[in-house]
Amino acid sequence: MKLQPLGDVAVVATLGDAIDPETLGRVLAFASAVGAAESKAVTDIVPAYATVTVFYDSAALHDQPGGAYEAVCRVLQACALKAGAKPAALGARTVEIPVCYGEDYGPDIDLVAEHCRMGVDEVIALHSGADYLVHAIGFTPGFPYLGGLPEALKVPRKDTPRSRVPAGSVAIGNSQTGVYPMPSPGGWQIIGRTPMQLFRPLKDPASLLKPGDRVRFKPMSPGDFELWR
Amino acid sequence: MEIKVHHAGMQTTVQDLGRRGHLAQGVPIGGAVDPVALRLANLLVGNAEDLPALEITLTGPELEFEKDAWIAVCGARFEGVPSWKPFRVYAGDRLKLGSRIQGCRAYLSICGGFDVPEVMGGRGTFLPAALGGFEGRALRDGDVVRSVPSERVLSGHWSIDERVLPRYSREPLVSVIPGSQADEFGETLYRDRFTVTARSNRMGIRLEGTPIARTSGGELISTAVAPGTLQVPPDGNPIVLMADAQTLGGYPRVGHVATADIPLLAQLAPGDGVRFKKITVAEAHELARAEEHRLALLRQGLSEKIRRA
Repeated sequence: MKLQPLGDVAVVATLGDAIDPETLGRVLAFASAVGAAESKAVTDIVPAYATVTVFYDSAALHDQPGGAYEAVCRVLQACALKAGAKPAALGARTVEIPVCYGEDYGPDIDLVAEHCRMGVDEVIALHSGADYLVHAIGFTPGFPYLGGLPEALKVPRKDTPRSRVPAGSVAIGNSQTGVYPMPSPGGWQIIGRTPMQLFRPLKDPASLLKPGDRVRFKPMSPGDFELWR
Repeated sequence: MEIKVHHAGMQTTVQDLGRRGHLAQGVPIGGAVDPVALRLANLLVGNAEDLPALEITLTGPELEFEKDAWIAVCGARFEGVPSWKPFRVYAGDRLKLGSRIQGCRAYLSICGGFDVPEVMGGRGTFLPAALGGFEGRALRDGDVVRSVPSERVLSGHWSIDERVLPRYSREPLVSVIPGSQADEFGETLYRDRFTVTARSNRMGIRLEGTPIARTSGGELISTAVAPGTLQVPPDGNPIVLMADAQTLGGYPRVGHVATADIPLLAQLAPGDGVRFKKITVAEAHELARAEEHRLALLRQGLSEKIRRA
């Protein structure tokens, strides 16, 4: 584990250098050890891919030997010992997300099919046939970065991002796929849309998904999409 | 009481000191871009420091007050409007924040605070998600906002010691802690002056200058970023992330602005310049402590000027 400062606000713990389930398992085991340590000075714990970033309140730690940063590093080293090399179990929870593929719901699906040299049906079958893992939540509130996209569906991002992507858009960017929880600019290729709400500010937690969740997409018809809404 | 918004100004939002504990869900800290100005504006009218106030950007609003009230305006200065001291507005008065004299963002507090619901532990507005504040959006002409009634009485005829005010400048020298990829950039960041561009907003301040060339290193795996993070996209023009910054970033990080110097950046308008100098994490924490010490002295002094009715 490598520890580095993120300015005067956080410590970044790096636990690997790859985007894979094994690294994510270690990241999540470490993140939950930090959460369990219940240090009052820790304000946020952000696991993402291969790192866990731990935000702290420096004022609460100023009288610690070596200063606030050193004090947080000591806590994190103790957490690393406790978490050990045993990765957290992934995919304990599977969330099924219904998607209406193509047409107005997925305006880039023809482009994706053409780029991947397959039919639209094949794109849908491949995308909805795979198991995905949430590696991080970010970009916008509740946006899941999903790993596990079939190699055959890799497509580059758009040269010019759209200035507004509709809420619920399901998209592919390079070797990742994700869902835009709210209208936002976006550079990924949109292949479908879900009526499911991925960010619900009045619920706790507000984000439907969290790192380590398993996700599956299930095709739905335009009729079912409109009914759901 | 009601405050009628006759003109909303360029971007006027309700802000507080932000949300904590939701970064892992992708919800930024948010709140005032210049938290020190917001805290001072609240202290001056006898409020708790974290109450919601109006954040006013570049062009000010025109407001009408239903009843007499104490208010304060801190941060950017506007012609004809007292700065850094509480003043009385009277029922039916129209307050216009017209020509901007200095700075970029002003904070208008009212005794009792603005009355907006708490969402995810904060009352500030996060515009991209239409979250919190006044209906999740910036104020518009014709809106009516409310303030919480307050019984406090302020004694007039005094002003605060200039030494507790942030040292704003149109060309500040801003302290930076080297970032994870600092070694891949050399010393360019600390040599030249950068100009603030018009493409800056609550998410980030986009700078322009001699492009910062990355001499080594490949694609990075996204990790958490935060207000203050200085990231460098491939074009070499650095971006300083501000209050509404997205929570994860994949651009290399050349540095991170010391928390105590964030207000200096918050007040830069397009065309203003900035220079950077290198400091350590421990030095940045010391700067933050000194800032808190100044605010504590002010709080103490103010306690004599404000009493309950």
